[in-house]
Amino acid sequence: MNSSTNLTTAIVQAAYVLVAFLFITGLKRMSSPATARGGILWAGLGMVIATLVTYLQASAGINLYLVIGATLVGGGVAWVSGKRVAMTDMPQMIALYNGMGGGAAAAIAAVELYRGEERGLAFGALAVLGALIGAVSLSGSCIAFGKLQGLIKKSFRFSGQQIANLAILATAIVLGVLIATSVNNTAAVVTGFFVLALLLGVTMTLPIGGADMPVVISLYNALTGLAVAFEGYVLNNWAMVIAGMVVGSAGTLLTQLMAKAMNRSLGNVLFSGFGETAGAATGPVTGSQKAIEAGDAGVMMAYAQKVIVVPGYGMAVGQAQHKVWELTQLLQNRGVTVKFAIHPVAGRMPGHMNVLLAEAGVPYDLIADLEEINAEFETADVALIIGANDVVNPVARNDKSSPIYGMPILDADKAKNVIVIKRGQGQGFSGIENALFYLDNTRMLYGDAQGAVNQLVQAVKAAG
Amino acid sequence: MNGVMAIYIFMLAGFTGYEVISRVPVILHTPLMSGSNFVHGIVLVGAMVALFNAHGTLELVIGTIGVALAAGNAVGGYVVTDRMLEMFKSSGKAPNKGPHA
Repeated sequence: MNSSTNLTTAIVQAAYVLVAFLFITGLKRMSSPATARGGILWAGLGMVIATLVTYLQASAGINLYLVIGATLVGGGVAWVSGKRVAMTDMPQMIALYNGMGGGAAAAIAAVELYRGEERGLAFGALAVLGALIGAVSLSGSCIAFGKLQGLIKKSFRFSGQQIANLAILATAIVLGVLIATSVNNTAAVVTGFFVLALLLGVTMTLPIGGADMPVVISLYNALTGLAVAFEGYVLNNWAMVIAGMVVGSAGTLLTQLMAKAMNRSLGNVLFSGFGETAGAATGPVTGSQKAIEAGDAGVMMAYAQKVIVVPGYGMAVGQAQHKVWELTQLLQNRGVTVKFAIHPVAGRMPGHMNVLLAEAGVPYDLIADLEEINAEFETADVALIIGANDVVNPVARNDKSSPIYGMPILDADKAKNVIVIKRGQGQGFSGIENALFYLDNTRMLYGDAQGAVNQLVQAVKAAG
Repeated sequence: MNGVMAIYIFMLAGFTGYEVISRVPVILHTPLMSGSNFVHGIVLVGAMVALFNAHGTLELVIGTIGVALAAGNAVGGYVVTDRMLEMFKSSGKAPNKGPHA
Protein backbone atom coordinates (compact mmCIF):
# COMPACT_ATOMS: atom_id res chain seq x y z
CA MET A 1 0.00 0.00 0.00
CA ASN A 2 2.65 2.44 1.10
CA SER A 3 5.02 1.84 -1.80
CA SER A 4 2.20 2.03 -4.34
CA THR A 5 1.07 5.33 -2.77
CA ASN A 6 4.62 6.62 -3.11
CA LEU A 7 4.74 5.50 -6.73
CA THR A 8 1.43 7.25 -7.44
CA THR A 9 2.69 10.43 -5.81
CA ALA A 10 5.88 10.29 -7.88
CA ILE A 11 3.92 9.83 -11.12
CA VAL A 12 1.57 12.68 -10.24
CA GLN A 13 4.45 15.00 -9.30
CA ALA A 14 6.37 14.19 -12.49
CA ALA A 15 3.24 14.78 -14.55
CA TYR A 16 2.66 18.16 -12.90
CA VAL A 17 6.20 19.26 -13.82
CA LEU A 18 5.42 18.40 -17.42
CA VAL A 19 2.09 20.23 -17.14
CA ALA A 20 3.76 23.42 -15.86
CA PHE A 21 6.20 23.22 -18.80
CA LEU A 22 3.38 22.75 -21.31
CA PHE A 23 1.36 25.66 -19.91
CA ILE A 24 4.26 28.12 -20.01
CA THR A 25 5.33 27.01 -23.49
CA GLY A 26 1.73 27.26 -24.63
CA LEU A 27 1.34 30.81 -23.33
CA LYS A 28 4.66 31.77 -24.92
CA ARG A 29 3.49 30.47 -28.30
CA MET A 30 0.14 32.19 -27.90
CA SER A 31 1.90 35.54 -27.77
CA SER A 32 2.87 35.43 -31.47
CA PRO A 33 0.32 35.21 -34.33
CA ALA A 34 2.26 32.59 -36.28
CA THR A 35 2.45 30.10 -33.42
CA ALA A 36 -0.65 31.03 -31.44
CA ARG A 37 -2.85 28.18 -32.66
CA GLY A 38 -0.26 25.65 -31.58
CA GLY A 39 0.05 27.38 -28.22
CA ILE A 40 -3.46 26.58 -27.12
CA LEU A 41 -2.92 22.96 -28.18
CA TRP A 42 0.18 22.68 -25.94
CA ALA A 43 -1.71 24.15 -23.02
CA GLY A 44 -4.70 21.93 -23.76
CA LEU A 45 -2.48 18.84 -23.76
CA GLY A 46 -1.17 19.94 -20.36
CA MET A 47 -4.71 20.20 -19.03
CA VAL A 48 -5.64 16.72 -20.25
CA ILE A 49 -2.53 15.20 -18.64
CA ALA A 50 -3.15 17.05 -15.36
CA THR A 51 -6.75 15.88 -15.21
CA LEU A 52 -5.96 12.27 -16.05
CA VAL A 53 -3.19 11.82 -13.46
CA THR A 54 -5.43 13.36 -10.83
CA TYR A 55 -7.74 10.35 -11.20
CA LEU A 56 -4.83 8.27 -9.79
CA GLN A 57 -5.60 9.93 -6.45
CA ALA A 58 -9.29 9.06 -6.70
CA SER A 59 -11.17 7.57 -3.80
CA ALA A 60 -13.77 4.99 -4.75
CA GLY A 61 -17.48 5.41 -4.22
CA ILE A 62 -19.79 8.36 -4.39
CA ASN A 63 -16.99 10.96 -4.56
CA LEU A 64 -15.64 9.50 -7.78
CA TYR A 65 -19.08 9.48 -9.40
CA LEU A 66 -19.67 13.07 -8.34
CA VAL A 67 -16.34 14.15 -9.85
CA ILE A 68 -17.10 12.45 -13.17
CA GLY A 69 -20.68 13.70 -13.23
CA ALA A 70 -19.79 17.30 -12.35
CA THR A 71 -16.95 17.34 -14.92
CA LEU A 72 -19.28 16.11 -17.65
CA VAL A 73 -22.07 18.54 -16.78
CA GLY A 74 -19.85 21.63 -16.30
CA GLY A 75 -17.63 20.78 -19.25
CA GLY A 76 -20.58 19.88 -21.47
CA VAL A 77 -22.45 23.13 -20.85
CA ALA A 78 -19.25 25.13 -21.43
CA TRP A 79 -18.46 23.18 -24.62
CA VAL A 80 -21.84 23.89 -26.17
CA SER A 81 -21.94 27.54 -25.12
CA GLY A 82 -18.33 28.10 -26.20
CA LYS A 83 -19.00 26.64 -29.67
CA ARG A 84 -22.15 28.72 -30.13
CA VAL A 85 -21.18 32.14 -28.78
CA ALA A 86 -20.89 34.84 -31.44
CA MET A 87 -17.47 36.47 -31.81
CA THR A 88 -18.98 39.84 -30.87
CA ASP A 89 -20.07 38.39 -27.51
CA MET A 90 -16.65 36.93 -26.75
CA PRO A 91 -15.64 39.38 -23.97
CA GLN A 92 -18.59 38.58 -21.73
CA MET A 93 -18.21 34.85 -22.40
CA ILE A 94 -14.57 35.01 -21.28
CA ALA A 95 -15.77 36.87 -18.18
CA LEU A 96 -18.23 34.09 -17.42
CA TYR A 97 -15.70 31.26 -17.81
CA ASN A 98 -13.26 33.25 -15.71
CA GLY A 99 -15.84 33.74 -12.97
CA MET A 100 -16.40 29.98 -12.93
CA GLY A 101 -12.69 29.47 -12.25
CA GLY A 102 -12.82 31.97 -9.40
CA GLY A 103 -15.89 30.20 -8.03
CA ALA A 104 -14.09 26.87 -8.19
CA ALA A 105 -11.14 28.29 -6.22
CA ALA A 106 -13.57 29.63 -3.62
CA ALA A 107 -15.32 26.24 -3.49
CA ILE A 108 -12.01 24.48 -2.80
CA ALA A 109 -11.37 26.88 0.06
CA ALA A 110 -14.91 26.36 1.36
CA VAL A 111 -14.49 22.58 1.49
CA GLU A 112 -11.21 22.97 3.40
CA LEU A 113 -12.45 25.72 5.73
CA TYR A 114 -15.76 24.08 6.68
CA ARG A 115 -13.72 21.00 7.58
CA GLY A 116 -11.65 23.18 9.92
CA GLU A 117 -8.52 21.02 10.42
CA GLU A 118 -5.49 22.59 12.11
CA ARG A 119 -2.92 23.00 9.35
CA GLY A 120 -0.99 26.14 10.32
CA LEU A 121 -1.26 29.87 9.75
CA ALA A 122 0.08 29.96 6.17
CA PHE A 123 -2.51 27.37 5.18
CA GLY A 124 -5.35 29.30 6.80
CA ALA A 125 -4.25 32.69 5.50
CA LEU A 126 -3.82 31.56 1.89
CA ALA A 127 -7.04 29.53 1.94
CA VAL A 128 -8.96 32.60 3.16
CA LEU A 129 -7.22 35.01 0.78
CA GLY A 130 -7.82 32.73 -2.20
CA ALA A 131 -11.44 32.33 -1.15
CA LEU A 132 -11.97 36.08 -0.90
CA ILE A 133 -10.38 36.78 -4.28
CA GLY A 134 -12.08 33.83 -5.96
CA ALA A 135 -15.53 34.75 -4.65
CA VAL A 136 -15.11 38.40 -5.69
CA SER A 137 -14.02 37.22 -9.13
CA LEU A 138 -17.07 34.94 -9.41
CA SER A 139 -19.76 37.46 -8.50
CA GLY A 140 -17.94 40.37 -10.15
CA SER A 141 -17.53 38.47 -13.42
CA CYS A 142 -21.23 37.57 -13.40
CA ILE A 143 -22.09 41.28 -13.09
CA ALA A 144 -19.62 42.11 -15.89
CA PHE A 145 -21.30 39.46 -18.04
CA GLY A 146 -24.73 40.91 -17.25
CA LYS A 147 -23.62 44.40 -18.19
CA LEU A 148 -21.98 43.51 -21.51
CA GLN A 149 -24.81 41.15 -22.44
CA GLY A 150 -27.25 44.00 -21.83
CA LEU A 151 -29.02 42.24 -18.97
CA ILE A 152 -28.00 44.96 -16.50
CA LYS A 153 -28.52 48.34 -18.15
CA LYS A 154 -28.14 50.72 -15.25
CA SER A 155 -25.04 51.58 -13.26
CA PHE A 156 -26.05 51.52 -9.63
CA ARG A 157 -24.42 54.36 -7.78
CA PHE A 158 -25.11 56.16 -4.55
CA SER A 159 -23.12 58.53 -2.41
CA GLY A 160 -20.89 56.79 0.09
CA GLN A 161 -20.63 53.75 -2.18
CA GLN A 162 -16.87 53.52 -1.73
CA ILE A 163 -17.29 53.61 2.03
CA ALA A 164 -19.93 50.89 1.89
CA ASN A 165 -17.60 48.73 -0.24
CA LEU A 166 -14.75 49.40 2.16
CA ALA A 167 -16.95 48.41 5.11
CA ILE A 168 -17.91 45.14 3.41
CA LEU A 169 -14.24 44.43 2.61
CA ALA A 170 -13.15 45.27 6.18
CA THR A 171 -15.80 43.00 7.72
CA ALA A 172 -14.86 40.18 5.35
CA ILE A 173 -11.19 40.61 6.30
CA VAL A 174 -12.01 40.53 10.03
CA LEU A 175 -13.96 37.30 9.59
CA GLY A 176 -11.15 35.99 7.38
CA VAL A 177 -8.54 36.67 10.04
CA LEU A 178 -10.75 34.93 12.59
CA ILE A 179 -11.05 31.89 10.36
CA ALA A 180 -7.35 31.81 9.48
CA THR A 181 -6.12 32.06 13.06
CA SER A 182 -8.51 29.79 14.89
CA VAL A 183 -9.36 26.12 14.47
CA ASN A 184 -12.83 26.10 15.96
CA ASN A 185 -14.70 28.12 13.39
CA THR A 186 -18.41 27.77 13.47
CA ALA A 187 -19.99 27.16 10.11
CA ALA A 188 -21.83 30.46 10.56
CA VAL A 189 -18.58 32.48 10.52
CA VAL A 190 -17.35 30.72 7.39
CA THR A 191 -20.73 31.20 5.70
CA GLY A 192 -20.81 34.88 6.66
CA PHE A 193 -17.34 35.32 5.21
CA PHE A 194 -18.34 33.84 1.85
CA VAL A 195 -21.58 35.83 1.67
CA LEU A 196 -19.65 39.08 2.26
CA ALA A 197 -17.00 38.17 -0.31
CA LEU A 198 -19.63 37.45 -2.96
CA LEU A 199 -21.48 40.66 -2.07
CA LEU A 200 -18.25 42.65 -2.44
CA GLY A 201 -17.79 41.44 -6.02
CA VAL A 202 -21.31 42.64 -6.85
CA THR A 203 -21.07 46.06 -5.19
CA MET A 204 -17.58 46.66 -6.61
CA THR A 205 -18.62 45.91 -10.19
CA LEU A 206 -22.12 47.40 -10.42
CA PRO A 207 -21.01 51.07 -10.53
CA ILE A 208 -18.44 50.51 -13.30
CA GLY A 209 -19.54 51.68 -16.77
CA GLY A 210 -19.75 49.35 -19.75
CA ALA A 211 -16.86 51.02 -21.57
CA ASP A 212 -14.48 50.13 -18.75
CA MET A 213 -15.69 46.54 -18.41
CA PRO A 214 -12.87 44.92 -20.47
CA VAL A 215 -10.29 46.23 -18.02
CA VAL A 216 -12.35 44.85 -15.16
CA ILE A 217 -12.71 41.45 -16.85
CA SER A 218 -8.96 41.35 -17.39
CA LEU A 219 -8.40 42.27 -13.74
CA TYR A 220 -10.71 39.49 -12.55
CA ASN A 221 -8.85 37.11 -14.85
CA ALA A 222 -5.60 37.99 -13.07
CA LEU A 223 -7.30 37.72 -9.68
CA THR A 224 -8.66 34.26 -10.45
CA GLY A 225 -5.10 33.23 -11.32
CA LEU A 226 -3.94 34.40 -7.88
CA ALA A 227 -6.82 32.64 -6.14
CA VAL A 228 -5.95 29.41 -7.97
CA ALA A 229 -2.29 29.77 -6.96
CA PHE A 230 -3.22 30.27 -3.28
CA GLU A 231 -5.59 27.29 -3.22
CA GLY A 232 -2.83 25.32 -4.95
CA TYR A 233 -0.64 25.97 -1.91
CA VAL A 234 -3.51 24.90 0.35
CA LEU A 235 -3.82 21.60 -1.52
CA ASN A 236 -0.03 21.23 -1.86
CA ASN A 237 -0.56 21.18 -5.64
CA TRP A 238 2.35 22.87 -7.40
CA ALA A 239 0.89 22.72 -10.88
CA MET A 240 -1.89 24.98 -9.59
CA VAL A 241 0.56 27.30 -7.84
CA ILE A 242 2.72 27.79 -10.93
CA ALA A 243 -0.11 28.05 -13.48
CA GLY A 244 -2.07 30.36 -11.18
CA MET A 245 0.86 32.67 -10.52
CA VAL A 246 1.82 32.81 -14.21
CA VAL A 247 -1.74 33.83 -15.09
CA GLY A 248 -1.86 36.20 -12.12
CA SER A 249 1.14 38.19 -13.30
CA ALA A 250 0.46 37.88 -17.04
CA GLY A 251 -3.11 39.00 -16.39
CA THR A 252 -1.93 41.97 -14.36
CA LEU A 253 0.35 43.04 -17.22
CA LEU A 254 -2.49 42.66 -19.74
CA THR A 255 -4.77 44.72 -17.50
CA GLN A 256 -2.18 47.50 -17.35
CA LEU A 257 -1.73 47.42 -21.13
CA MET A 258 -5.47 47.70 -21.67
CA ALA A 259 -5.94 50.50 -19.14
CA LYS A 260 -3.03 52.37 -20.74
CA ALA A 261 -4.52 51.97 -24.22
CA MET A 262 -7.76 53.50 -22.93
CA ASN A 263 -5.87 56.31 -21.20
CA ARG A 264 -7.30 55.19 -17.87
CA SER A 265 -5.51 54.20 -14.71
CA LEU A 266 -6.73 51.10 -12.94
CA GLY A 267 -7.70 53.15 -9.91
CA ASN A 268 -9.74 55.41 -12.13
CA VAL A 269 -11.61 52.48 -13.62
CA LEU A 270 -12.44 50.96 -10.26
CA PHE A 271 -13.24 54.05 -8.28
CA SER A 272 -14.83 56.53 -10.65
CA GLY A 273 -17.61 56.37 -13.22
CA PHE A 274 -16.38 57.38 -16.67
CA GLY A 275 -19.27 56.07 -18.76
CA GLU A 276 -21.81 58.08 -16.78
CA THR A 277 -20.31 61.52 -16.36
CA ALA A 278 -18.53 61.97 -19.67
CA GLY A 279 -21.56 63.11 -21.67
CA ALA A 280 -21.90 66.30 -19.66
CA ALA A 281 -18.56 67.74 -20.68
CA THR A 282 -18.98 68.13 -24.43
CA GLY A 283 -17.57 71.32 -25.86
CA PRO A 284 -19.21 73.14 -28.75
CA VAL A 285 -18.34 71.88 -32.22
CA THR A 286 -18.49 74.23 -35.17
CA GLY A 287 -19.36 73.41 -38.76
CA SER A 288 -21.82 70.91 -40.13
CA GLN A 289 -21.85 67.27 -41.14
CA LYS A 290 -21.67 66.85 -44.91
CA ALA A 291 -23.36 63.81 -46.44
CA ILE A 292 -22.11 61.78 -49.41
CA GLU A 293 -23.80 59.19 -51.62
CA ALA A 294 -22.41 55.65 -51.68
CA GLY A 295 -21.80 55.88 -55.43
CA ASP A 296 -19.51 58.88 -55.08
CA ALA A 297 -17.71 57.36 -52.11
CA GLY A 298 -17.16 54.15 -54.06
CA VAL A 299 -15.63 55.99 -57.02
CA MET A 300 -13.41 57.96 -54.67
CA MET A 301 -12.05 54.71 -53.23
CA ALA A 302 -11.81 52.90 -56.58
CA TYR A 303 -9.44 55.54 -57.93
CA ALA A 304 -7.42 55.94 -54.74
CA GLN A 305 -3.82 54.83 -54.28
CA LYS A 306 -4.22 53.94 -50.67
CA VAL A 307 -7.22 53.35 -48.41
CA ILE A 308 -7.06 52.88 -44.67
CA VAL A 309 -10.08 51.24 -43.07
CA VAL A 310 -10.81 52.10 -39.43
CA PRO A 311 -13.31 49.56 -38.12
CA GLY A 312 -15.12 49.94 -34.82
CA TYR A 313 -17.55 47.95 -32.78
CA GLY A 314 -20.43 49.28 -34.89
CA MET A 315 -19.06 47.35 -37.87
CA ALA A 316 -19.09 44.11 -35.91
CA VAL A 317 -22.58 44.70 -34.53
CA GLY A 318 -23.78 45.29 -38.09
CA GLN A 319 -22.04 42.04 -39.17
CA ALA A 320 -20.37 44.07 -41.92
CA GLN A 321 -16.87 42.57 -41.63
CA HIS A 322 -17.47 40.03 -44.41
CA LYS A 323 -18.64 42.77 -46.78
CA VAL A 324 -15.65 44.90 -45.76
CA TRP A 325 -13.32 42.07 -46.73
CA GLU A 326 -15.12 41.73 -50.07
CA LEU A 327 -14.67 45.46 -50.63
CA THR A 328 -11.00 45.15 -49.67
CA GLN A 329 -10.40 42.38 -52.20
CA LEU A 330 -12.13 44.36 -54.97
CA LEU A 331 -9.94 47.36 -54.23
CA GLN A 332 -6.79 45.21 -54.04
CA ASN A 333 -7.61 43.78 -57.46
CA ARG A 334 -7.67 47.34 -58.79
CA GLY A 335 -4.20 47.93 -57.35
CA VAL A 336 -5.33 49.98 -54.39
CA THR A 337 -3.33 49.47 -51.21
CA VAL A 338 -5.73 48.68 -48.37
CA LYS A 339 -4.80 48.57 -44.72
CA PHE A 340 -6.78 48.20 -41.54
CA ALA A 341 -6.04 50.47 -38.59
CA ILE A 342 -7.05 49.06 -35.26
CA HIS A 343 -7.25 51.13 -32.14
CA PRO A 344 -6.39 49.17 -28.98
CA VAL A 345 -9.95 49.57 -27.72
CA ALA A 346 -11.75 49.03 -31.02
CA GLY A 347 -14.27 46.35 -30.26
CA ARG A 348 -15.00 45.61 -26.68
CA MET A 349 -11.46 44.86 -25.54
CA PRO A 350 -7.95 45.12 -26.98
CA GLY A 351 -7.55 42.62 -29.77
CA HIS A 352 -11.27 41.94 -30.07
CA MET A 353 -11.50 43.71 -33.45
CA ASN A 354 -8.64 41.60 -34.79
CA VAL A 355 -10.62 38.50 -33.91
CA LEU A 356 -13.71 39.87 -35.66
CA LEU A 357 -11.72 40.72 -38.81
CA ALA A 358 -9.97 37.38 -38.72
CA GLU A 359 -13.39 35.73 -38.58
CA ALA A 360 -14.22 37.40 -41.89
CA GLY A 361 -10.96 36.14 -43.40
CA VAL A 362 -8.87 39.33 -43.31
CA PRO A 363 -5.19 38.27 -43.09
CA TYR A 364 -3.53 39.60 -39.98
CA ASP A 365 -0.65 41.20 -41.89
CA LEU A 366 -3.04 43.76 -43.43
CA ILE A 367 -3.96 44.86 -39.94
CA ALA A 368 -1.85 47.50 -38.23
CA ASP A 369 -2.11 48.89 -34.74
CA LEU A 370 -2.00 52.50 -33.68
CA GLU A 371 1.75 53.06 -33.50
CA GLU A 372 2.39 51.38 -36.85
CA ILE A 373 -0.29 53.15 -38.85
CA ASN A 374 -0.62 56.66 -37.49
CA ALA A 375 2.18 58.13 -39.62
CA GLU A 376 0.59 56.61 -42.73
CA PHE A 377 -2.70 58.51 -42.61
CA GLU A 378 -1.04 61.52 -44.23
CA THR A 379 -0.26 59.43 -47.29
CA ALA A 380 -3.72 57.87 -47.50
CA ASP A 381 -6.24 59.10 -50.07
CA VAL A 382 -9.21 57.79 -48.15
CA ALA A 383 -9.74 56.86 -44.53
CA LEU A 384 -12.92 54.79 -44.28
CA ILE A 385 -14.39 54.88 -40.78
CA ILE A 386 -16.92 52.14 -40.13
CA GLY A 387 -18.72 52.23 -36.81
CA ALA A 388 -15.79 53.78 -34.95
CA ASN A 389 -16.22 57.06 -33.12
CA ASP A 390 -14.28 58.06 -30.02
CA VAL A 391 -11.05 56.43 -31.23
CA VAL A 392 -10.83 58.85 -34.19
CA ASN A 393 -12.02 61.96 -32.35
CA PRO A 394 -9.37 64.69 -32.73
CA VAL A 395 -10.55 66.46 -29.57
CA ALA A 396 -8.52 63.83 -27.71
CA ARG A 397 -5.45 65.63 -29.08
CA ASN A 398 -6.42 69.27 -28.67
CA ASP A 399 -9.36 69.85 -26.29
CA LYS A 400 -8.19 69.77 -22.69
CA SER A 401 -11.74 69.99 -21.34
CA SER A 402 -12.75 66.76 -23.05
CA PRO A 403 -12.98 63.62 -20.91
CA ILE A 404 -11.06 61.73 -23.57
CA TYR A 405 -8.26 64.32 -23.76
CA GLY A 406 -4.90 62.56 -23.91
CA MET A 407 -6.30 59.24 -25.09
CA PRO A 408 -4.18 57.99 -28.00
CA ILE A 409 -6.29 58.16 -31.17
CA LEU A 410 -5.98 57.14 -34.80
CA ASP A 411 -5.13 60.24 -36.83
CA ALA A 412 -7.77 59.56 -39.47
CA ASP A 413 -8.41 63.30 -39.83
CA LYS A 414 -5.00 63.63 -41.53
CA ALA A 415 -6.06 61.55 -44.53
CA LYS A 416 -6.89 63.48 -47.72
CA ASN A 417 -10.50 62.33 -47.57
CA VAL A 418 -12.42 60.82 -44.69
CA ILE A 419 -15.58 58.79 -45.25
CA VAL A 420 -17.57 57.98 -42.14
CA ILE A 421 -20.23 55.28 -42.25
CA LYS A 422 -22.68 55.99 -39.50
CA ARG A 423 -26.23 55.11 -38.65
CA GLY A 424 -27.32 58.67 -37.89
CA GLN A 425 -26.13 61.87 -36.33
CA GLY A 426 -25.94 60.51 -32.77
CA GLN A 427 -22.97 60.43 -30.46
CA GLY A 428 -20.63 57.56 -29.63
CA PHE A 429 -20.45 55.02 -26.84
CA SER A 430 -19.19 57.64 -24.41
CA GLY A 431 -21.63 60.35 -25.56
CA ILE A 432 -18.90 62.76 -26.70
CA GLU A 433 -19.39 64.90 -29.82
CA ASN A 434 -16.91 63.93 -32.55
CA ALA A 435 -15.10 66.88 -34.18
CA LEU A 436 -13.91 64.64 -37.03
CA PHE A 437 -17.44 64.46 -38.46
CA TYR A 438 -17.47 68.24 -38.97
CA LEU A 439 -14.12 68.62 -40.76
CA ASP A 440 -13.93 69.95 -44.33
CA ASN A 441 -12.37 66.75 -45.67
CA THR A 442 -14.97 64.52 -44.01
CA ARG A 443 -18.06 63.12 -45.73
CA MET A 444 -20.77 61.20 -43.90
CA LEU A 445 -22.29 58.09 -45.47
CA TYR A 446 -25.42 57.47 -43.47
CA GLY A 447 -26.80 53.98 -43.14
CA ASP A 448 -26.30 50.71 -41.31
CA ALA A 449 -22.78 49.33 -41.67
CA GLN A 450 -23.64 46.26 -43.73
CA GLY A 451 -25.96 48.08 -46.15
CA ALA A 452 -23.58 50.97 -46.67
CA VAL A 453 -20.55 48.76 -47.31
CA ASN A 454 -22.64 46.67 -49.69
CA GLN A 455 -23.45 49.83 -51.64
CA LEU A 456 -19.74 50.67 -51.72
CA VAL A 457 -19.01 47.20 -53.11
CA GLN A 458 -21.55 47.76 -55.89
CA ALA A 459 -20.15 51.22 -56.60
CA VAL A 460 -16.57 49.94 -56.88
CA LYS A 461 -17.71 47.13 -59.18
CA ALA A 462 -19.55 49.69 -61.33
CA ALA A 463 -16.43 51.87 -61.53
CA GLY A 464 -15.12 49.34 -64.08
CA MET B 1 7.35 22.09 0.91
CA ASN B 2 8.63 24.66 3.34
CA GLY B 3 7.57 28.30 3.38
CA VAL B 4 10.69 29.84 1.85
CA MET B 5 10.68 27.43 -1.08
CA ALA B 6 7.02 28.25 -1.63
CA ILE B 7 7.80 31.96 -1.74
CA TYR B 8 10.55 31.31 -4.32
CA ILE B 9 8.12 29.40 -6.49
CA PHE B 10 5.43 32.09 -6.21
CA MET B 11 7.97 34.74 -7.12
CA LEU B 12 9.63 32.95 -10.04
CA ALA B 13 6.28 31.90 -11.51
CA GLY B 14 5.17 35.51 -11.26
CA PHE B 15 8.21 36.76 -13.17
CA THR B 16 7.73 34.02 -15.75
CA GLY B 17 4.16 35.11 -16.48
CA TYR B 18 5.23 38.70 -16.87
CA GLU B 19 8.13 37.89 -19.19
CA VAL B 20 6.30 35.35 -21.31
CA ILE B 21 3.68 37.80 -22.50
CA SER B 22 5.59 41.06 -22.24
CA ARG B 23 6.12 41.29 -26.00
CA VAL B 24 2.65 40.27 -27.11
CA PRO B 25 1.20 42.39 -29.94
CA VAL B 26 -2.15 44.08 -29.34
CA ILE B 27 -3.82 41.92 -31.99
CA LEU B 28 -3.47 38.93 -29.68
CA HIS B 29 -4.66 40.53 -26.45
CA THR B 30 -8.15 39.08 -26.52
CA PRO B 31 -7.12 35.52 -27.45
CA LEU B 32 -4.27 35.68 -24.95
CA MET B 33 -6.57 36.80 -22.16
CA SER B 34 -8.83 33.94 -23.10
CA GLY B 35 -5.84 31.59 -23.22
CA SER B 36 -4.62 32.62 -19.79
CA ASN B 37 -8.21 32.24 -18.61
CA PHE B 38 -8.00 28.65 -19.87
CA VAL B 39 -4.69 28.05 -18.06
CA HIS B 40 -6.15 28.88 -14.65
CA GLY B 41 -8.72 26.21 -15.47
CA ILE B 42 -6.06 23.98 -13.82
CA VAL B 43 -8.21 24.75 -10.77
CA LEU B 44 -10.15 21.70 -12.03
CA VAL B 45 -7.39 19.49 -10.67
CA GLY B 46 -7.69 21.08 -7.23
CA ALA B 47 -11.46 20.92 -7.25
CA MET B 48 -11.26 17.20 -8.10
CA VAL B 49 -8.85 16.55 -5.21
CA ALA B 50 -11.05 18.54 -2.83
CA LEU B 51 -14.10 16.52 -3.86
CA PHE B 52 -12.23 13.19 -3.65
CA ASN B 53 -11.44 14.01 -0.03
CA ALA B 54 -14.83 15.48 0.88
CA HIS B 55 -16.94 13.99 3.68
CA GLY B 56 -20.49 14.81 4.62
CA THR B 57 -23.26 16.37 2.60
CA LEU B 58 -22.10 20.00 2.81
CA GLU B 59 -18.55 19.26 1.62
CA LEU B 60 -19.86 16.98 -1.15
CA VAL B 61 -22.30 19.61 -2.41
CA ILE B 62 -19.73 22.44 -2.43
CA GLY B 63 -17.10 20.13 -3.90
CA THR B 64 -19.43 19.09 -6.71
CA ILE B 65 -20.28 22.71 -7.54
CA GLY B 66 -16.54 23.47 -7.51
CA VAL B 67 -15.72 20.70 -9.99
CA ALA B 68 -18.58 21.70 -12.30
CA LEU B 69 -17.46 25.35 -12.29
CA ALA B 70 -13.81 24.42 -12.81
CA ALA B 71 -14.67 22.09 -15.71
CA GLY B 72 -16.65 24.96 -17.23
CA ASN B 73 -13.63 27.26 -16.90
CA ALA B 74 -11.24 24.76 -18.50
CA VAL B 75 -13.47 23.50 -21.32
CA GLY B 76 -15.06 26.88 -22.13
CA GLY B 77 -11.70 28.63 -22.02
CA TYR B 78 -10.21 26.11 -24.43
CA VAL B 79 -13.09 26.15 -26.90
CA VAL B 80 -13.33 29.93 -27.27
CA THR B 81 -9.55 30.44 -27.41
CA ASP B 82 -9.19 27.78 -30.07
CA ARG B 83 -12.06 29.25 -32.08
CA MET B 84 -10.43 32.68 -32.04
CA LEU B 85 -6.91 31.51 -32.87
CA GLU B 86 -8.14 29.23 -35.64
CA MET B 87 -9.19 32.32 -37.58
CA PHE B 88 -5.83 34.11 -37.59
CA LYS B 89 -4.25 33.70 -41.01
CA SER B 90 -1.60 35.61 -42.94
CA SER B 91 -1.94 36.66 -46.60
CA GLY B 92 0.45 33.92 -47.58
CA LYS B 93 -2.30 31.35 -47.14
CA ALA B 94 -5.43 31.03 -49.25
CA PRO B 95 -7.95 33.65 -48.19
CA ASN B 96 -10.72 32.26 -46.09
CA LYS B 97 -14.13 33.50 -47.12
CA GLY B 98 -15.65 32.88 -43.71
CA PRO B 99 -18.96 31.18 -42.98
CA HIS B 100 -21.19 34.16 -43.81
CA ALA B 101 -19.39 35.54 -46.84
